Amino acid sequence: MSSDSNGTGIGTAKVKRGMAEMLKGGVIMDVVTPEQAKIAEDAGAVAVMALERVPADIRAEGGVSRMSDPDMIDGIIEAVSIPVMAKCRIGHFAEAQVLQALGVDYIDESEVLTPADYTHHVDKWQFTVPFVCGATNLGEALRRLSEGAAMIRSKGEAGTGDVSNAVTHMRAIRGEINRLRTLSPDELFVAAKELQAPYDLVREVAETGALPVVLFTAGGIATPADAAMMMQLGADGVFVGSGIFKSGDPAKRARAIVEATTMHDDPGVVAKVSRGLGEAMVGITVDSLPVDHRLSSRGW
Amino acid sequence: MSFAPVVGVLGLQGDVREHVAALSAAGADAVRVRRASELDDVDAIVIPGGESTTIGKLLVAFDLLEPLQKRVRAGMPAYGSCAGMILLADRVLDGTADQVAVGGLDITVRRNAFGRQVDSFEGDIDFAGLRSPLHAVFIRAPWVEDAGESVQVLAKVGDGQAAGRIVAVRQGPLMATSFHPELTGDLRVHQLFVQIVKEQQL
Repeated sequence: MSSDSNGTGIGTAKVKRGMAEMLKGGVIMDVVTPEQAKIAEDAGAVAVMALERVPADIRAEGGVSRMSDPDMIDGIIEAVSIPVMAKCRIGHFAEAQVLQALGVDYIDESEVLTPADYTHHVDKWQFTVPFVCGATNLGEALRRLSEGAAMIRSKGEAGTGDVSNAVTHMRAIRGEINRLRTLSPDELFVAAKELQAPYDLVREVAETGALPVVLFTAGGIATPADAAMMMQLGADGVFVGSGIFKSGDPAKRARAIVEATTMHDDPGVVAKVSRGLGEAMVGITVDSLPVDHRLSSRGW
Repeated sequence: MSFAPVVGVLGLQGDVREHVAALSAAGADAVRVRRASELDDVDAIVIPGGESTTIGKLLVAFDLLEPLQKRVRAGMPAYGSCAGMILLADRVLDGTADQVAVGGLDITVRRNAFGRQVDSFEGDIDFAGLRSPLHAVFIRAPWVEDAGESVQVLAKVGDGQAAGRIVAVRQGPLMATSFHPELTGDLRVHQLFVQIVKEQQL
């Protein structure tokens, strides 16, 4: 479906994708309690992601990670007036149905939770609520769009505080888009085959030079400079997971990351807001993680 | 006489790019404004869709709130869509405790009045002065609960539960819509605003 087509009523592609347009230039913060949600709102977050454990804790504690308790999501919806997002497991359409019934504003079909289906993702066209999905490359992003995702985030490696994979994935997506722009029309058929993505979407990206939806970044962003770098690499906005509430002074760091995201191309501002933030999250390098412990490889 | 007025789009957060594109197509010289010095160079300002609480906090953080209030009070044309309507309103219902207002429009706006994202919708509405209906996209949109005597109502919701609710207003050089004309490719609202800016300059 083209992003320019006008429809009528609720749950159209335009209102789903348009919602993400309104988040651009902003920071979406992981929160696990209503108190944290309030801190995020006060700091200038454009939305909060309600979840039971931040990725760093999921990583540390292990076990199966699922959709959050509806009571906890209700509590966060009650606590703030900004949009509330929540995560369902990959392929777990019943969790998604529950989240829609709870009235969340966006669902993240997320590799951070334990996948429920190792073959299929949720058919997101069946929902009124919009979905954001992670991607490590352009083909993955376009497959999620063909399933009805209305927003994409580069995956990075959640819960690490190591920004390197966020950079790798953002550069991969942008690089592949740039490459498509250089291809002749007859070469796009093979490009679609190689990307394992629908031809119509591949052609649309080749013509416009951009995804037809908003592209955020996620996974490992822990400092104002991390956010500024990702914005300069072409992200439309930033998800911060463990980076805020696993740090020494969450309120101050949250505000600093918001301001650095807006003024990402002004090193003077990024320097100013980076002062006196206290301890950043300790973090763990992606390289030191066994390959089968890396969340970004989930999703197909 | 043909000239392109310089219209700034407040570029702190939100769908800035879409407004810049719509304004350029409507005959304005559109520029992004994030600093007080950049505000000095524009003839008018558009406050985009986005998160009104975030934009408000960034206005304060980057010392833009007071200069912007001064310009608007001094008669600079301003147009706000959605979050921009909330920021231009003199009174806000269901805001946060620290909700920042630029103000100027003698209206009371209710934030998220239509509901949550699952209630966001699109449809055609009649708009004062336009010959055919306008396709309007409402995203967690506000509505105008109450408008002062000097405020002209430009559009109301036609049918459904919210029928009769005011969703577009003008007061002199100030204009606001609950919906997002920048998302539809229909330039008529932006053309109207550019016309307001040009009239102001004569």
